[in-house]
Amino acid sequence: MPYVPHTAADTEAMLSVIGAKSIDELFREIPSNLKVAPGSLNIPSALDEQRLMAHLTEIAAKNIDCTKLTCFLGAGIYDRYIPATVSAVISRGEFLTAYTPYQPEASQGYLQTIYEFQTMVSELYGMDLSNASMYDGATSMAEAAIMAHGIKGHEKIVVSDAVHPHYRQVLATYCWSIGLEVVTVPSVNGQTKDWNADGAACIIVQYPNFFGNIEDLAAVRKAADDAGAMMIVVADPVACALLKSPGSYGADIVVGEGQPMGIAMGLGGPVVGLFTCKKEFVRHIPGRIVGKTKEVHGDRPGYVMTLRTREQDIRREKATSNICTNEALMALAATVYMIALGKNGMTQVAQSSVRNTQYAISKLKSIGATVKFGEKVFGEFVVTLPKSATEVRDKMISKGFLAGLPLGGYYKGMENDLLVAVTEIRTREQIDAFASAMKEVLA
Amino acid sequence: MSNIPSDLKYMKSHEWVRVEGDVATVGITDFAQSELGDVVYVELPTVGKMLAVGDTFGSVESVKTVSDVYAPVPGEVLEVNQDLVTSSELVNSDPYGHGWMIKIRLTASVPTTLMNADEYGVVAV
Amino acid sequence: MTSGRMQLMPEPKLIFDKSRPGRIGCNVPVCDTPEVDFTSIVGETRNDLHLPEIAELDLLRHFTNLSHINFGIETGFYPLGSCTMKYNPKINEQTARLAGFANLHPLQPVETIPGALEILNGVQEMLCEITGFPTITLQPVAGAHGEMTCLMLVKKYHESIGQSNRTIVLVPDSAHGTNPASAARCGYSVKPVPTDANGNTDLVSLAASLAEFGENVAALMLTNPSTLGLFEPNIEKICKMLHDAGGQVFCDGANMNAMVGTTRPGDHGFDCMHLNLHKTFSTPHGGGGPGCGAIGLKSHLEPFLPAPVIRPTGGKIVADYDRPQTIGRISGFYGQFLMEVRAYTYLRAFGKEYIADISRYSVLNANYVRERLKDVLPPAHDRPCMHECILTAEKYKKEHGVRALDISKRLIDYGFHPPTNYFPLIVPECFMIEPTETETKETLDEFCDALIAICQEAIDTPDLLHDAPSMKIVGRLDETLAVKTLDVRWWPAS
Repeated sequence: MPYVPHTAADTEAMLSVIGAKSIDELFREIPSNLKVAPGSLNIPSALDEQRLMAHLTEIAAKNIDCTKLTCFLGAGIYDRYIPATVSAVISRGEFLTAYTPYQPEASQGYLQTIYEFQTMVSELYGMDLSNASMYDGATSMAEAAIMAHGIKGHEKIVVSDAVHPHYRQVLATYCWSIGLEVVTVPSVNGQTKDWNADGAACIIVQYPNFFGNIEDLAAVRKAADDAGAMMIVVADPVACALLKSPGSYGADIVVGEGQPMGIAMGLGGPVVGLFTCKKEFVRHIPGRIVGKTKEVHGDRPGYVMTLRTREQDIRREKATSNICTNEALMALAATVYMIALGKNGMTQVAQSSVRNTQYAISKLKSIGATVKFGEKVFGEFVVTLPKSATEVRDKMISKGFLAGLPLGGYYKGMENDLLVAVTEIRTREQIDAFASAMKEVLA
Repeated sequence: MSNIPSDLKYMKSHEWVRVEGDVATVGITDFAQSELGDVVYVELPTVGKMLAVGDTFGSVESVKTVSDVYAPVPGEVLEVNQDLVTSSELVNSDPYGHGWMIKIRLTASVPTTLMNADEYGVVAV
Repeated sequence: MTSGRMQLMPEPKLIFDKSRPGRIGCNVPVCDTPEVDFTSIVGETRNDLHLPEIAELDLLRHFTNLSHINFGIETGFYPLGSCTMKYNPKINEQTARLAGFANLHPLQPVETIPGALEILNGVQEMLCEITGFPTITLQPVAGAHGEMTCLMLVKKYHESIGQSNRTIVLVPDSAHGTNPASAARCGYSVKPVPTDANGNTDLVSLAASLAEFGENVAALMLTNPSTLGLFEPNIEKICKMLHDAGGQVFCDGANMNAMVGTTRPGDHGFDCMHLNLHKTFSTPHGGGGPGCGAIGLKSHLEPFLPAPVIRPTGGKIVADYDRPQTIGRISGFYGQFLMEVRAYTYLRAFGKEYIADISRYSVLNANYVRERLKDVLPPAHDRPCMHECILTAEKYKKEHGVRALDISKRLIDYGFHPPTNYFPLIVPECFMIEPTETETKETLDEFCDALIAICQEAIDTPDLLHDAPSMKIVGRLDETLAVKTLDVRWWPAS
């Protein structure tokens, strides 16, 4: 076993220093009835590296992945272009195998990348500051609601039904466990207008929303102000390269899923949660934050984790959250992505998504499908089909397409509705083929 | 050896109190500030809050620790030291002077369990 | 710009300072669909986006140079206690990057992902056997998330039997801070349990607490082996005490590395536990995430699991969403799937033949370090340790004004990453050293020799330690200034 380097001579020499006769003796404090003999567990036998790779390759081949299917499925996780530099950077052992940068003198490299990450996420969202990242978009949103509760004291959380259903399910779980009430308000034609937010700690809206429509954030800000509630926006960072930023509308907290920025879909994990807020709320923010400082005895700049007293290892039960890890490696992937694409590349990706989506809408309309909530969408839209969307989705797989997400399981009465995403990597040819295949399936 | 003024009363959780008429001024001791290290943030109560003896009225943070601070006397918060919002280092540099935290209008008598300087000197080591 | 010159020293410039208008760091996909008028579709567009503009080569140099001033397991020995910084095998990275895993969309129909379900079920089955719990779920995305999920299951269980009055969670004073934080996140109030002089749970005090308010206790959160690096010999008795009072017992599995293949928490009497796959099962820490937190549980908690439950039935593996009593969803999708691929690869590399080597050689290494250092840094307890040893530098503070942190910072000058300091909180001037099973005797000897030399320096030249590290790229940093100025991002020139 190459991962355990002890030779028999090493083991003997070490035991003799310790003054023990055997390794077993070191476990003498474990009651004997609680021990199992080495080698007695019922798990499969060891595989050498060659066989291991062959075995895993065989299992992977059983999946129909998105190199075999053309992906028009989004709903929070997107099939986007990933520059080759991303994998090159995050594979470096100095980053991959580091721990949380508790010792800043040994971790300046990572700390600086997190500072750069915080800057660029703040820029995209138009916010004062960002933390070092969260688990994923869904848990970021739940943490944001709990943060608003901590600031406002109110126990009611109001969320639009046009926010991702999975995010709302996670919100419900988190809120149940600490006794907060979640009120879901209906959207009408893909827009959330009536907030009914009296006595709420916050109102939560998605931008663009789950259906791809662009909510009127100025109106949301006004609704929050009228109710004295905080305004939380769940925003797609790629869309924010083109749309006016949530921060420019006065959002208090903006969160989101960072996966579209350079992270493999990977069945949804690991991904990275983004979390930004106004400066005045910084002491309430969950998770880690990196700050710039300088040497005690010198002038060289350096970076450290800061505002640490909010965190669980110091504040214990009074911490702002129980989160320890950020998603540093995934945040690093997003950092490389944001730099590789830069201002022009990210804008171009966002613009291409809009163009491809508009083209797909026109092709689907030409085969008789209707767009449910209008065409003023960013990169995703709801199309109403003449038959069950699940049935269509399943038939499309045999034609080589992951056609989208059937919405009947999430929204009553939407059994024939399919949520279709068209990213910048879809080509005209693929969209044409998609529409032709859809036409055959609908015939 | 830390500075323990003889005209003050103390709690074993390292708060000092100076009573003048029916107003008590409260802060943390020189020993407490030196154990904490550089104070970077002081959380203070709102004026008007009612406190019983032993109630947490705020917290003091250094870079790596945070300590709650407790009311040594019962009463209503009359004033909080706004200077600490921008200059929390006053708790380090002048713990018994400009680093005071709150003033309390007494609603009952001062507890007899508070320590004098000699008694506190035994605790603050 | 410094590009083009060999850089052995750090790169002090931020990426923003290297930006030049018009550069780009990748070849963005060309769009071949018709042009549109963006404003008429998405409304007003922004013109205030400040992201850097960097050439691809300069991007790589930026990160390569930053990597040179960052310490990882592949750089050197990383004895950070409680973190299990073991070797992360390279084959795991290769398998996780297979297209059939990396390019799966979480919302694609389960019929198209039988291989993924096979991985998830395979990890679950192996972890069931290793932990002794009948059920494992891989949904939690980190250790703290797993703790929280366990407590949610406990809460739902108590609701289901009409015992919502159980609102207290007991946490030992030696516990990691996440335990009370997770309990608070689930709406519980936290009461401490003291540790006795031998480093065990204080049974007298525990009994007194249970006698006083046992009917309101939901659970005890116990780390075993404890954060003191000691196995809790009374574990069966403690579990029985809790169960007699109607409470549940949660095992914090942070220290599972000491037990793999040797003893199983499910057999100890625990009701549920969490695992950190990024510690025990070698998924990379990644600089502080992604974590990966499986949990194990006994059958009475099973009905409340978050959906989907991945399980075999009728010869195939299914994703079961029909869970009427579920606590609900806890994260976006299936959890950290690509981390599970890594853990699966790791477990299959060890197999039944070698799996116990993990606990056996990690415990050997820790006891060896403990023994070699005992004259300069005495152990906090006079007992054999498990996979990590807890030592104290109290005498250097008292006699020479040198703190554990100073000694740790000096280790950086010797080329080692410092151990964990000041945790557990109940040991003064504490060192928590976890060498893991993947380190050789030579590495441990070099590390011990360095610490012995530094302890002599603490006596002879204490100022050397106060100013350490002296050889690194940056001296000791002003953390007070960081909090006061709170410079957490770069701003574009306005």
